[in-house]
Amino acid sequence: MKLVTAIIQPHRVDEVRAALEAAGVKGVTVSEAAGYGRQKGHTEVYRGAEYTVDLVPKTRLEVLVDDADATTVTEAIVSAAQTGKIGDGKVWVVPVDDVARVRTGEHGADAL
Amino acid sequence: MKLEDIDQSLFVLDSGNTSWMIVATALVLLMTPGLAFFYGGMVRAKSVLNMMMMSFISIATIGVVWVVYGYGLAFGSDTLGGLFGSPSGRIGMNGVPEVADVVDGEPVYNSLAGSAGVPFLVMVAFQATFAIITVALISGSVADRMKFATWTIFTVLWVTLVYTPVAHGVWGGGLLGTWGPLADTPVIDFAGGTVVHINAGAAGLALAILLGLRKGFGKEPFKPHNMPFVMLGSALLWFGWFGFNAGSEFAADATAGRAFLNTLVAPAIAVLGWLLVEKIRDGKPTSLGAASGIVAGLVAITPAAASVDTWGALAIGFIAGAVCSLAVALKYKFGYDDSLDVVGVHLIGGLVGTVLIGFFANLGEGTTWAVDGAKDGLLYGGNADQLVSQVLGAGTAVLYSFVVTLILGLLLKVTIGLRVSEDVEVAGIDLAEHGETAYEEAK
Repeated sequence: MKLVTAIIQPHRVDEVRAALEAAGVKGVTVSEAAGYGRQKGHTEVYRGAEYTVDLVPKTRLEVLVDDADATTVTEAIVSAAQTGKIGDGKVWVVPVDDVARVRTGEHGADAL
Repeated sequence: MKLEDIDQSLFVLDSGNTSWMIVATALVLLMTPGLAFFYGGMVRAKSVLNMMMMSFISIATIGVVWVVYGYGLAFGSDTLGGLFGSPSGRIGMNGVPEVADVVDGEPVYNSLAGSAGVPFLVMVAFQATFAIITVALISGSVADRMKFATWTIFTVLWVTLVYTPVAHGVWGGGLLGTWGPLADTPVIDFAGGTVVHINAGAAGLALAILLGLRKGFGKEPFKPHNMPFVMLGSALLWFGWFGFNAGSEFAADATAGRAFLNTLVAPAIAVLGWLLVEKIRDGKPTSLGAASGIVAGLVAITPAAASVDTWGALAIGFIAGAVCSLAVALKYKFGYDDSLDVVGVHLIGGLVGTVLIGFFANLGEGTTWAVDGAKDGLLYGGNADQLVSQVLGAGTAVLYSFVVTLILGLLLKVTIGLRVSEDVEVAGIDLAEHGETAYEEAK
């Protein structure tokens, strides 16, 4: 099993969710995040005083998938979240030892 | 003394004027909670409650002080060489006739409120709301870092030693009205450019200097935590300000109508002035700029509301908006932490309005009004007399307020201390001083 984590532009969340559903993914966890990459922060001006805001708002998606689906899901997220501008985000995949479904106590691929 | 006991030829109750003044009083009182939102939104989430409480506690302390002795000190007959009024016969409003003013134990029916047919106690309440907002305005310069107990004591001392003599001087027949060159050509201050705004602004500067810089001033971002609060606050201030300016006529008449219209147009164009500067300087018009422009325009039109025509109000409003949007940068240049720009908006805006009366006073226009002896401004066929008086009056108010507040602040600094510890400031003053936080995660 794999954990696919994506940090994307908040305004692409709906498109990515649609793409995940089309790819057959049954569940996703979404949270608000803040950070910076090559995009860096931005400048805000209050009564003429400039402040550099280092952390930019982003959305974090987490999806647990079968090993075989990891590439498809990653590509689905990348193509749905892409705008071509700096700050689009990143997607990464890590191996997962075990997964348990809390309601039933099932383990492994059955719990996905 | 009840209405039926007095000579009806001396005091005639005017129900129209009285109803307007009661409504105007409630409007002005609303300005202080409005100010709490205006200031509260501008600070960080960890100090919003303290910021708002500084306004609310002013309502509490000054509301009490005013009826016990404050009104007398401001509006009683001259005492201490005309610096103060005498509270004699007005302590706690006990034995004061309900419908007329009292001087030396005798009822006087021809006072400002009396001649308008407005009961005396309404006048006392109306004036209380002015004292309250003036003290609350100062709190913007001490954001995030002043001990709440010290602030509470400061409100009482300041209104006693600074507000009442300045109010007495300008409105109560005291020094500022009778001293030297001002005796012939008195200062025009219809609703409080000197008494309220210059007074609070100069005091804010003195306290900001004594308190010192907030930790991180000029380095860390002190972003406003809730801009919608700031905009809500500016709207409530504007709404209440109609009572402040049009109520200062003490009557529901055409001059009040003029003051009302000027209170509408000056802030409107001040928003344009402020945003124009932002667009040129920073590239974008901001919501904080719009909210600040409203207040700058309101401040500047306050002394002039009844004494200029509509073109004058437009000119004063535009200049105030543009000048104040530039003036808020002064604190970075000179290195004082006037956190929410009491100096940039209220002192500078008050000076702009007070001094520009010397150019724009148009007393020949049917419904304009000014204190007896005042003259037309330079641009309306007058000479420089009124301008000189306006500058002298404004300068005196700045000096008196700044010096006395500085002494008062120094005394508090060496006795009970002005400032919370650095730990408290970093963690947030709300939790340490009030035992509360505004939000689940206030940072």
